[in-house]
Amino acid sequence: MNNHRTVTVVVGSIAMLLTVTACGAPVAAAQTKNSCLDCHSSLPEPLGVSVEIFSQNIHAQKGLTCVACHGGDATSDDPEKAMSRAAGWKGKIERKQVPELCASCHSNADLMKKYNPSLRVDQFQEYKTSVHGQLWAKGDNKVAVCTDCHGVHDLRAPSDPRSSVHPTNIATTCAHCHADAEYMRPYGIKTDQFANYEKSVHHEAMVVRGDLSAPTCTTCHGNHGAAPPGVASVTNVCSNCHVFQAQLFDTSPHKAAFSAAGLPGCVTCHSNHDIRHPTDEMIGMGQKAVCMQCHLDGDAGAKQAVAMSDQLTNLASAIAASEELLNHAQRQGMEVSQAMQQQEQARDALLKARVAVHAFNDSQLKRDTDAGLVIARQTHIAGEKAMEEWRFRRVGLGVSVFAIALAVLGLGLYIKNLEQK
Amino acid sequence: MASLATGIRGWLDERFHLDDLKALAQKKKVPLHRYSYWYFLGGMTLFLFGVQVLTGALLLLYYRPGADEAFESVQFIMTQVQFGWLIRSVHSWSANLLVFMAFAHLFSVLFLKSYRKPRELTWVTGILLLFLMLGFGFSGYLLPWNTLSYFATKVGTDIPAQIPLIGHPILVFLRGGEDITGSTLTRMFGFHVAILPAIATFLIALHVGLIQWFGMSLPPSVEAEWHVDPGKKKEIRFFPNFALRELMAWYVALGLLGALAALFPWGLGVKADPFAPAPAGIKPEWYFLFMFQTLKLIPAKLLGMDGEMLGILAFGLVGAAALLVPFLDRDKPFRTRRWITGFACVFLGYMAAMTVYGWVAK
Amino acid sequence: MSSGSVAEAGEMQDGKVPRRHFVNILLGTGLLASAASFLYPILKYLVPPKLPDLGSNTVLAAKVADLKPNTAKLFRFSTRPGLLIEIAAGEYRAMSATCTHLGCTVQYRPDLREIWCACHNGMYDLNGRNISGPPPRPLEAFDVQVRGDDIYVRRKQEA
Repeated sequence: MNNHRTVTVVVGSIAMLLTVTACGAPVAAAQTKNSCLDCHSSLPEPLGVSVEIFSQNIHAQKGLTCVACHGGDATSDDPEKAMSRAAGWKGKIERKQVPELCASCHSNADLMKKYNPSLRVDQFQEYKTSVHGQLWAKGDNKVAVCTDCHGVHDLRAPSDPRSSVHPTNIATTCAHCHADAEYMRPYGIKTDQFANYEKSVHHEAMVVRGDLSAPTCTTCHGNHGAAPPGVASVTNVCSNCHVFQAQLFDTSPHKAAFSAAGLPGCVTCHSNHDIRHPTDEMIGMGQKAVCMQCHLDGDAGAKQAVAMSDQLTNLASAIAASEELLNHAQRQGMEVSQAMQQQEQARDALLKARVAVHAFNDSQLKRDTDAGLVIARQTHIAGEKAMEEWRFRRVGLGVSVFAIALAVLGLGLYIKNLEQK
Repeated sequence: MASLATGIRGWLDERFHLDDLKALAQKKKVPLHRYSYWYFLGGMTLFLFGVQVLTGALLLLYYRPGADEAFESVQFIMTQVQFGWLIRSVHSWSANLLVFMAFAHLFSVLFLKSYRKPRELTWVTGILLLFLMLGFGFSGYLLPWNTLSYFATKVGTDIPAQIPLIGHPILVFLRGGEDITGSTLTRMFGFHVAILPAIATFLIALHVGLIQWFGMSLPPSVEAEWHVDPGKKKEIRFFPNFALRELMAWYVALGLLGALAALFPWGLGVKADPFAPAPAGIKPEWYFLFMFQTLKLIPAKLLGMDGEMLGILAFGLVGAAALLVPFLDRDKPFRTRRWITGFACVFLGYMAAMTVYGWVAK
Repeated sequence: MSSGSVAEAGEMQDGKVPRRHFVNILLGTGLLASAASFLYPILKYLVPPKLPDLGSNTVLAAKVADLKPNTAKLFRFSTRPGLLIEIAAGEYRAMSATCTHLGCTVQYRPDLREIWCACHNGMYDLNGRNISGPPPRPLEAFDVQVRGDDIYVRRKQEA
């Protein structure tokens, strides 16, 4: 009797265990059965797609499988059934088929709304207007399609810092082609943009300091509708952030002159990709000055340039002189922290003046530099007062030491007198 | 004018028998011998304490305790208040000179053996006063609430925490909590301006009173000399002769303080930020350096016990021994006096060396 | 042994009285001068300075008369600039004027009723929240208290 019972219990338990395990497996694996991945995750390149990579894919995370792009039957483990043309299997997607394939979902507003109502659905429209899109329409196979920028199986959301189209990575992504001289030879455009961008302030802000508000390639060129801004519209692009400079430029004589000469606004002096931190030396008729590119010594423009350069230099050196004096006072033990804070205001004024330069009007600039000079004068006076106080303390010390010396001497002699008797 | 003075004197004399007091004062004498200059040190210490009380009271008119305002109020004193820089710098410099003078006074008394019978209690009150002065220095140091003082206090209060059993309660008592916060500042302020001054007043009164009671002590060698040849005995009156000389010394000290304050004004530093990491090479003020450096040099484990704790206990022992010096100086079972002098020399040398080492070490 | 008393007035000892007199004058002058050199700073110290010290947490930003509705004023808040805005009669907002992007000083735009940073076109709403452009964080908000004619700005107190 006991043996019989034992056997039943043991066999029953084993059976239960096996069932649970068998049921557990697919539940443990993925929400939807993906037989494609089951095989292809163990295949070598170029057929291999690892589970890790695919799990990063934003489409996979939303519940889509390989079938969404490649067609076929992901529920069947039989290769013939899974990869059958009857089931709609497309095989490897050719490059030129990519844009329309992606657009089949991404241009479908009703479909995309289900995932994220605020997603745009005009990417393909824009792409068709771009240089890339136009060349693609003509049959060019080398030009960028969706997967070239966004990735394929490892396609992540653009907000993911590891995505190839995350703001910090965009420049590198564009550079895959645009910095490759061999690849770009048939198109006859330069390939030094990325190298130049790497030297710029914007790159430093974006990639080095992580300031996501800094511009990268797509900020000025657009992403899907990628095209270089036209000569007339460069200023518009820069003015999205650099509002004041653009407004002042528009009031300046340069606007009309540049348009007439077919010169782009900001780029002529500041460059387009290799945008460095501007210095005061860029104004004037010195060696490093950009004004030299067009103006001749002694012409009206050159005179203004020299005047403005002088004004900026004056203010900068006034601030530096105050700084030196205040530092000196501080080293001498005087308390000048309030004046040092006021120096911040003077530096703000200099910053404002450097922006005001873009009106290219020296009498207008003078107002800004004069305001700064007033503050620099005040901080200098504070420094002078501190050093006066420094001297006063030493004089006061001298006086009291003298008085003490008199007292001590007097005491000494008094004692001597006292004890002489 | 003279008759007014005479009138006031007469009025007071009727009530307080001033003439008796005057006669008593005239009797006070100071022995004159090759070690007499050391007699100035006690009065100098008292004078510097007086300077601290005066400048401290003046600082109290503008200082605000509290983590929000302490630093700013000291900045206000240094920059806005007329001669605030002078009062504050004198207070800081005088504090350092006071501690130095207290140690100098202690060692001179120790080497000149002035602690002998009947002056044992004068010595004990003196040692207690030295501890008080160190307490004043420690509590006052935190009050400007700058980075240096914040971390020096942190390190300083961490040390007694090592004492077994009572260490942690002591830390909590000193800090007003587990960490250094605004409560610590309030507490240190209370110690510095009320509790310690109250105890100090009492002890100073006792100390000075005992000195008046017993008169000035004679070093053993001089005592022996004068015993053999009474003709050699020389004394001067305290009032006015010694007092006038002491006044000269005090004037010189005042001049020195003024010079230090004007030529080397005490710095403000940066406001304490408890969340910032401790700056490298944090040290306490120089008068704690010898202890601090010793603790740094002791190996982590000594004789199977925690090294730092042993170091602290050792210092505790030294402090206790210092307190009991008059009672340790005896003839039976053997003459301890030479040993005391020897230890004093060694300890003085050790303190000086460790202070210098601690100063130059990173 | 010295007697401790000054020579009686009128006693003529060769050159001693004038000398003693000189010493007394010297001592008196020294004592007086040194006393004066100690008392002068102490007395000056006792007189409170004109600017009241309010600590680093509160600042007198402006007078009520300085502002009209839809105008703003920059003021100094210990080491940094602050912006005080009168958004409606008697209603004020105050916040840090340091842009959270790259530290430029922001300004009030009465035409937009928003706060604007001229450096890179950053915009903040009247609560200091960053609403467009590069700024990554809102401006630190302060408390405003009006006492009579004075507008005080105070750092927000922690609970």
